[in-house]
Amino acid sequence: MNEIVTAFITAVRLIITRDPEVVDITLLTLRISLSALLIGALLFIPLGSLIHFHEFRGKRGLINLIQTLYALPTVVIGLLVFLLLSRSGPLGFLALFFTPTGMVIGQVLLIAPILIGLTISALSGVGKSIRDTIVSLGATERQAIVANLKEARFAILAAVTSGFGRAISEVGAAMMIGGNIRGYTRVLTTTIALETSMGNIELSLALGIILIALALIINIGLNKLQQR
Amino acid sequence: MIDLKQVTKRYSEKGILREINLTIERGEIFTIIGPTGAGKTTLLRLIDLLDLPTSGKIYVDGVDTATTAKKRLAIRRRMSLLFQKPALFNTSVYENITYGLKFRGVDKGRIDEKVKHALETVGLSTYATRVAPTLSGGEAQRVALARALVTEPDVLLLDEPTANLDPLSVEKIEDLILRINERFKTTIIIATHDMLQGQRLADRIGVLMNNTIEQIGQPKDIFYSPLNGAIARFVGVDNIVPSTVESNAGGVTIVDLEGSKVSCVSTFPAGAAVLFCLRAEDIILAQERGKSSIRNTLHSRITKLTPVGPLVRVKLENGLVALITKQAAEELEIAVGAEIYASFKASAAHLARR
Repeated sequence: MNEIVTAFITAVRLIITRDPEVVDITLLTLRISLSALLIGALLFIPLGSLIHFHEFRGKRGLINLIQTLYALPTVVIGLLVFLLLSRSGPLGFLALFFTPTGMVIGQVLLIAPILIGLTISALSGVGKSIRDTIVSLGATERQAIVANLKEARFAILAAVTSGFGRAISEVGAAMMIGGNIRGYTRVLTTTIALETSMGNIELSLALGIILIALALIINIGLNKLQQR
Repeated sequence: MIDLKQVTKRYSEKGILREINLTIERGEIFTIIGPTGAGKTTLLRLIDLLDLPTSGKIYVDGVDTATTAKKRLAIRRRMSLLFQKPALFNTSVYENITYGLKFRGVDKGRIDEKVKHALETVGLSTYATRVAPTLSGGEAQRVALARALVTEPDVLLLDEPTANLDPLSVEKIEDLILRINERFKTTIIIATHDMLQGQRLADRIGVLMNNTIEQIGQPKDIFYSPLNGAIARFVGVDNIVPSTVESNAGGVTIVDLEGSKVSCVSTFPAGAAVLFCLRAEDIILAQERGKSSIRNTLHSRITKLTPVGPLVRVKLENGLVALITKQAAEELEIAVGAEIYASFKASAAHLARR
């Protein structure tokens, strides 16, 4: 209990004093996770829509697979991206291993199933009568997809919120792809893992509190957007 | 304007529309009446090109609608379908009405002008900023109607436009439908299970029963000259009695009605098996047999009296049912067991095929 109180005080102190290293780590964490979220949203919300609106063989199986991948361990993604981006991997020539860009790629892949799957669920929640109304009002196929997305906007924003939560909280992929290089690829979660292994429990807890506060602020922002 | 040729559509395991042949004229109000589950909604969806027929052809202004998606969209954009349960988007009333215009690429200024005008037409000018899903059933239906009207469609398809609405809202919507048709010469096709609404609004009526259009005609044809017993029952003919034509002299037909000979006007030949149909309100009750031009007067006894709003339903021993006002019932001092004379004109009775 004492440790938690001390950690809380440390966290407040780190925030108030704007500890340069913590600020850098926090900003990098935000930059990587928000970049992954933006790229993921731009890629996977349309992809989820395409899957929802088109009938093809194996569609049900694909959706089942996507939903199963919600639980994909982050280290598996880390391993996959490691195999792709490491020097001997097929994309090794891009020299993205141990870089923030590599970490963004990892997080994009990590949140892909959540964004695709929850977009499909969100669109499934739009009633048939609304779908028919949109077509009947003279929408083209593209206009119909946009109108359906607009109608499902609250559920889709919930998908985005979940995706952000998954991205900012993961540690396995960040560690394996980023390598936790100080001042370059070190993010909040990897720092917590490192400081804990070094016995700096109070600092780890303090960073954990900052991470939760960050997630809370972003979620409040997204919820405000949802209520508009 | 719209032609359906031999259109067949299987829409559920049991539901099928079979060989529908129908022509809708430009500017008319055509009502499709039929019992619940007859396929009225499916027929409207086919006309709106939301669904494809299993077989047969649908033409709009002579153009076959079995064409490319782009051409079907162009045809669909000339129509508006108001669904039975209005599905309003989760946004303001104003935004709801803009959808069809935005899909058609109308510029912002014109959209504003048209939406305001549409809201005025349905009497909801002050509702623009209201959140659509919070509206009452009648209000929601009028918003959906405004949304359907704002694109100025050539054809307005209305699926049970007043189902589950209170009488005041029904009156408002019906009044609107008539005004729209009169003002904009919009072709209006209404599906309803409310046969009286069909009668009130329609230039012509199509009766959809037993998977197909059984009869098409003006309201008087459908309500006073139903083609068969099922249609007669559906349109509220109380007296439907199986009979046989005894003679036909120049159209004046004599049939046997439970032992009494009655005259009707028909083209059925002697010996034809028919259904004698007579609307209850066409029977005149009297305490004495009087001299008049009325061809048929039957003597009977009252067996049952049932109040129906401002009217009284009088059941007679010979099986006939009459409908008279409460005032008339009081003046006649009718009571169960009393003897009575029931008269009806030969032209009021109708013979249908059995």
